Amino acid sequence: MARAVSTGQKSLNTAIAGTLGLVMFFPVLWILILSFKTEENAIRAPLEVLFGSGWTLDSFAAVQARSDYFKHFSNSVVISVGSTFLGLLIAVPAAWSMAFVPTKHTKNVLMWMLSTKMLPPVGVLIPIYLIFRDFGLLDTRIGLVIVLMLMNLPIIVWMLYTYFKEIPGEILEAARMDGASLREEILYVLTPMAIPGMASTVLLNVILSWNEAFWTLQLTTSDAAPLTQFIASYSSPEGLFYAKLSAASIMAIAPILIMGWFSQKQLVRGLTFGAVK
Amino acid sequence: MYIKRALLNTAVGFSLAAGAGAAASAEEITIATVNNNDMIVMQKLAPKWEEATGNTINWVVLEENVLRQRTTTDIATNGGSFDIIFIGAYETPIWGANGWLTSLNDFADDPAYDLEDIFPLVRNSLSADGSLYAVPLYSETSFTFYRTDLFEAAGIEAPTEQITYTEFAEMAAKLHDPDNGIFGTCQRGKAGWGENMAFVGPMVNAFGGQWFDMDWNPTIDSPEWNAAITYYVDLMTNSGPPGATANGHNENRALFKDGKCATWVDATSAANDVKNPANSKVADVTDFFQAPKQATSNGTGWFWSWALAIPASSQKADVAKDFLKWGTSKEYFEMVGETEGWVAVPSGTRASIADDPRYLEAAPFSATIKEAIFAADPTNPTMNPVPYTGIQFVAIPEFQGIGNYVGQQVSAALAGQVTVEEALANSQKFAVREMTKAGYIE
Repeated sequence: MARAVSTGQKSLNTAIAGTLGLVMFFPVLWILILSFKTEENAIRAPLEVLFGSGWTLDSFAAVQARSDYFKHFSNSVVISVGSTFLGLLIAVPAAWSMAFVPTKHTKNVLMWMLSTKMLPPVGVLIPIYLIFRDFGLLDTRIGLVIVLMLMNLPIIVWMLYTYFKEIPGEILEAARMDGASLREEILYVLTPMAIPGMASTVLLNVILSWNEAFWTLQLTTSDAAPLTQFIASYSSPEGLFYAKLSAASIMAIAPILIMGWFSQKQLVRGLTFGAVK
Repeated sequence: MYIKRALLNTAVGFSLAAGAGAAASAEEITIATVNNNDMIVMQKLAPKWEEATGNTINWVVLEENVLRQRTTTDIATNGGSFDIIFIGAYETPIWGANGWLTSLNDFADDPAYDLEDIFPLVRNSLSADGSLYAVPLYSETSFTFYRTDLFEAAGIEAPTEQITYTEFAEMAAKLHDPDNGIFGTCQRGKAGWGENMAFVGPMVNAFGGQWFDMDWNPTIDSPEWNAAITYYVDLMTNSGPPGATANGHNENRALFKDGKCATWVDATSAANDVKNPANSKVADVTDFFQAPKQATSNGTGWFWSWALAIPASSQKADVAKDFLKWGTSKEYFEMVGETEGWVAVPSGTRASIADDPRYLEAAPFSATIKEAIFAADPTNPTMNPVPYTGIQFVAIPEFQGIGNYVGQQVSAALAGQVTVEEALANSQKFAVREMTKAGYIE
């Protein structure tokens, strides 16, 4: 039964939520504003930035002229989408087996997988760098797809495991009794039922891979460099590049912001899937 | 003008053709660099070298700290991802001594390159064990930027000799007028060995302090350090802008150019920008004097050089050398002057450029820069003898970690989170632990 909430309480809640939303969104908003200013105006006092002159599109033009945005963009797409789908190929059977055919070690395996996320990435930088060097994977998209897939695999498995656990095992048993093979059971019975959960897993992992800025900077030089390197190239401790850095940041985050905007319903639905039994 | 440019292009063309002959076939080289104006100009002009030689360049532009980490990993693992790296005066001798960089001693055999034309101080700072490991694009020291109009209004005479920090604080206090948006002085407060410690290090030298004694024992808790940091905190509290702990080089440069600072001790390489009326509100009312001294004038102006080096792991060292010769040659600097304007020519590396009448005419302050660079002596940075070289840094691998930690403590003292005594005691403890771990002391 819904609890009665007074109008005053509602207004207060709305004001608090609105303020929190604005605080969280403010850095992105400020970057957006700076990207439309000249370098000289971008570094002035906040009120001068907001109400002063110097509005221009020059920074976007300069960034596009100096860097190949579309090459970085296509690398980001291939790396984030590729690593997510490669991860799904491994994670779906893994999560299925742990959700529907658990053993006494399942919980330990899950915890062990999660524990790999507790290791700081820089701790394994040198061994991975040497492996990449010896296998000729440095500055290749396939190399980054593999390493980002490995980094995100525990999260994918955990998310899918949680969603699969919510699906009644009896439905799969019924499919088996009707003669479905394991492949058919996963593809035609389990997957359609887990679509909301899988969609949010895919979205979250694409976002994580898109924003990943350690391995993508350490393992690439130019051919496979994604948008994280595109942004990093405009950061400088000497000289004024705030407007260009902001323009580069907006160009880098725009695709993922738009994708997140259109898929937010699906994302929220997936993340709350199974929250109410 | 046209004839001069044509002759210049011809000369560059000949030198490039000679370089092309050296390269047996077209190659692609990868250059890792930071994002600054001089490198942007080099990127813009590099197609001339590519056209002349048939070689091509992959530019990898990264933020300074990311670049350091990225290139260190690649060089230490013999990864071979880069053929040329942009490197500073701190890393070059350390990496060179480690055998991570290709020796450039053979540049001395090329009369066209004229290695002797590069200031000996700059060459020495980019050498280790008698071998040259990098060639400079630009060099800088620190000096005081000041506002001539504000000095005049306050009745302060501009110094002609090196003043003391005590006198400097008095000046800053007189000029401080926050109600009218003018701060007596703007100095770096953002933590980092390359940020606040670049200013604080030489100031500690001036007060008679040093990082280590002759046996490599840290001396950060000495009375000299205490006097220097107490002075710094007082100066910034009494005459600095609010929130100074967030201000690094960029922020102060913007404040100064916006007319908010009466004085600023910082890099000579910012002079071109501050004196450019297109970028700066105070271009016509800015002049310079030496960075202050106190107990000594040794090590009072820092020394830094940005240079280009070839990792030992590069498989295309010959082509990389050819590009290095082109990018740091007299002809290259002249080409920058002709295409970008002489005021944009990288400063502080070649005697022939520093004395060029075209350069002196476009950048009259360049004579002051040259004088300030010549006054810097990284081999004698302190009042008392020390076992290390370097003015604002100590040329040992451990310094980066120690410098960053001390920078954080000094920044915390400036913010009032800890006392100066606590900051220095913490710093001393950290430095002793690091130096013990590294085996310098027991």
